Amino acid sequence: MSVHTLSVLVENKPGVLARVAGLFSRRSFNIESLAVGPTEHPDVSRMTIVVAVEDLPLEQVTKQLNKLINVIKIVELEPAVAVQRELLLVKVRADATVRSQVLETVQLFRAKVVDVSPEALTIEATGTADKIEALLRMLEPYGVREMVQSGMVAIGRGPRSITATAVR
Amino acid sequence: MTSAPSRPTPAAANPGTASAAAGAQPARPKPAPPTGTPVRVTGAQSLVRSLEAVGVEIVFGIPGGTILPAYDPLLDSTKVRHVLVRHEQGAGHAATGYAQATGKVGVCMATSGPGATNLVTPLADANMDSVPIVAITGQQSRALIGTDAFQEADICGITIPVTKHNFLVTDPIDIPRTIAEAFHLAGTGRPGPVLVDIPKDVLQEYTSFSWPPELRLPGYRPTTRPHGKQVREAAKLIRAAKRPVLYVGGGVLKADASAELLELAELTGIPVVTTLMARGAFPDSHQQHLGMPGMHGTVPAVGAMQRSDLLVALGARFDDRVTGQLSSFAPDAKIVHADIDPAEISKNRRADVPIVGDCKEIIVELIAAVKAERANGTADLAPWWATLDEWRRTFPLGYEWPEDGTLSPQYVIERIGAIAGPEAIYTAGVGQHQMWAAQHVRYENPRTWLNSGGLGTMGYAVPAAMGAKFGKPDTVVWAIDGDGCFQMTNQELATCAIEGAPIKVAVINNGNLGMVRQWQNLFYAERYSQTDLGTHKHRIPDFTLLAEALGCAGLRCETKDDVDSVIARAMEINDRPVVVDFVVGKDAQVWPMVAAGTGNDEIMAARGIRPLFDEG
Repeated sequence: MSVHTLSVLVENKPGVLARVAGLFSRRSFNIESLAVGPTEHPDVSRMTIVVAVEDLPLEQVTKQLNKLINVIKIVELEPAVAVQRELLLVKVRADATVRSQVLETVQLFRAKVVDVSPEALTIEATGTADKIEALLRMLEPYGVREMVQSGMVAIGRGPRSITATAVR
Repeated sequence: MTSAPSRPTPAAANPGTASAAAGAQPARPKPAPPTGTPVRVTGAQSLVRSLEAVGVEIVFGIPGGTILPAYDPLLDSTKVRHVLVRHEQGAGHAATGYAQATGKVGVCMATSGPGATNLVTPLADANMDSVPIVAITGQQSRALIGTDAFQEADICGITIPVTKHNFLVTDPIDIPRTIAEAFHLAGTGRPGPVLVDIPKDVLQEYTSFSWPPELRLPGYRPTTRPHGKQVREAAKLIRAAKRPVLYVGGGVLKADASAELLELAELTGIPVVTTLMARGAFPDSHQQHLGMPGMHGTVPAVGAMQRSDLLVALGARFDDRVTGQLSSFAPDAKIVHADIDPAEISKNRRADVPIVGDCKEIIVELIAAVKAERANGTADLAPWWATLDEWRRTFPLGYEWPEDGTLSPQYVIERIGAIAGPEAIYTAGVGQHQMWAAQHVRYENPRTWLNSGGLGTMGYAVPAAMGAKFGKPDTVVWAIDGDGCFQMTNQELATCAIEGAPIKVAVINNGNLGMVRQWQNLFYAERYSQTDLGTHKHRIPDFTLLAEALGCAGLRCETKDDVDSVIARAMEINDRPVVVDFVVGKDAQVWPMVAAGTGNDEIMAARGIRPLFDEG
């Protein structure tokens, strides 16, 4: 199995997410992560879907997605030529005895503290999946009270735009 | 017959019965504004005008609370005829039968909630068989959506997996565009069902109507023109192949490409197999036709694919009922796969040469490419044909007369086909009778064999025959049905009787759910669990009395000697539908057969007879 990142441009209409999600479940494709948001075109939304499949099933995923009437364009973003980011918000137990150590880890990962209380720090970090995972590993010993993570978003490197040709 | 209500003949009834019934006064002509000029109408009027504008002739449906507003302007329409069915499932299959018989988009209409959910089966059916239909459903008013209101069902959510696309209209201004888009989606590319869900208050609100609307489908661009290089590659493989087969699927019928297929077949001399969905796409009488492939296909058709070195798949999708166990399917064959849906290509079997496009355009270009390729010589197919002809001689399609002396169902079906002839339209339910109808009726023309191939919907035959008869009123339409299937949807015979669709129904009555019984016989040690319907033992229902009750003629046939005369009598009755109860033996089985899950080499020509291709 290998991990693939698909950028999917869809019409910004109600129910489109249900169509995409339903397609994945009914064809037994697994979604690793999913992020949806607006684009520079008000009529177009962009989904970043990370799937773990072999090449041939991936071709099926792409073709089946393309059959959805609301799907405008699909581009696979290779990690080497794309910027990929995830967002993490994590609440770590950090009383006075360990707070400075936690803050050191935060700095090391170029993360930032977005909320403080006597017993805990809330940390915001962005980065690749690897970086987020490494940060979490470092924070775990202090006690992760709560965390929330976004799906991956990704954009191709260089001047070219995948929306330019897809959207009239 | 207790009463003889005036039954309009289909020809007389066809245009605008609804408005004629509304009163004797001449139809109120609507002043036609110039195209494109908006006029003030209700959402419901906008809907009916839109249906008229896209060319709808007939709608099968049942009114109810939320769709009520649409039925009011429908009463005034002189262009759209509404046929009041008895169950929404009947409306859906009738739309499918109409579409399959005519090539036009079929239309059905239902109210919200149970009306809409009753359409789910025919929508799924049309989706599996790529049939262009549009379903229009009422929905609860916008403010009530999501509140579990009376007769509310999220029909868009429910039908996402079983439609090509669906729409919820939230603004009456969008009605013309949505209807135009729905028909465009249903009828183009790979055809399929589209549902349009319209809240009641959207139908009631005032809006403006203008035609034609501008379609907004930025994500829908079906490829119809094939790639020239791929076509040339296919032609090269065809030239080199020693054991080629044209594997013809329903896409050839959808593309109206039968004439082109005939030309390609005769140009190349390649043997042809037609799948369950493609029966009639190539004449059964043609010397190059090996018959149907698959689980109950002919030995020559199955054997040809298994031993082939090149399968040219045209509008076919390598369904499991055709391939059997995929890993042992046509092991030596290279694959040319032509289909309008890119997702079908290499879905089940990897294609060596994929061609995406409309089958007609593909075949036309393939003919040209094959002609051009001829300069490099052609393969000698004589040894291949010698093998195939040997199989045809040794394993012709046949059946044995039941040992207990009961009437043979295959014989009945064969005689119906022979007497009604290749110009008639045949529909079938699902099960043994369906397979026998696919095997033993000789099809010569496209769009004369309608059945539920993909979903396998029992109960398809009667409503589909009704739809076909409304689409082709001058054609004889036979529904070849089983006693199990017939009891699922026979209420539409009342519709046929009242609305003037004199179809003919052959109930192949073996008193059992025959195909299930066959599997119990073969694979469950003859333990017949819940397959005896009692239609023999108790004669419940009595199909002739049921037929009479539904306003049809009811005939019965129990012996071989009577078969031809009863069919002839059924052929003579054209003022009302006819139901013939053919009481046949319960032990007849469908052969040949490839047992589910096994490879096609394991085909049994008949019980205990295995052709043993591997020694060839």
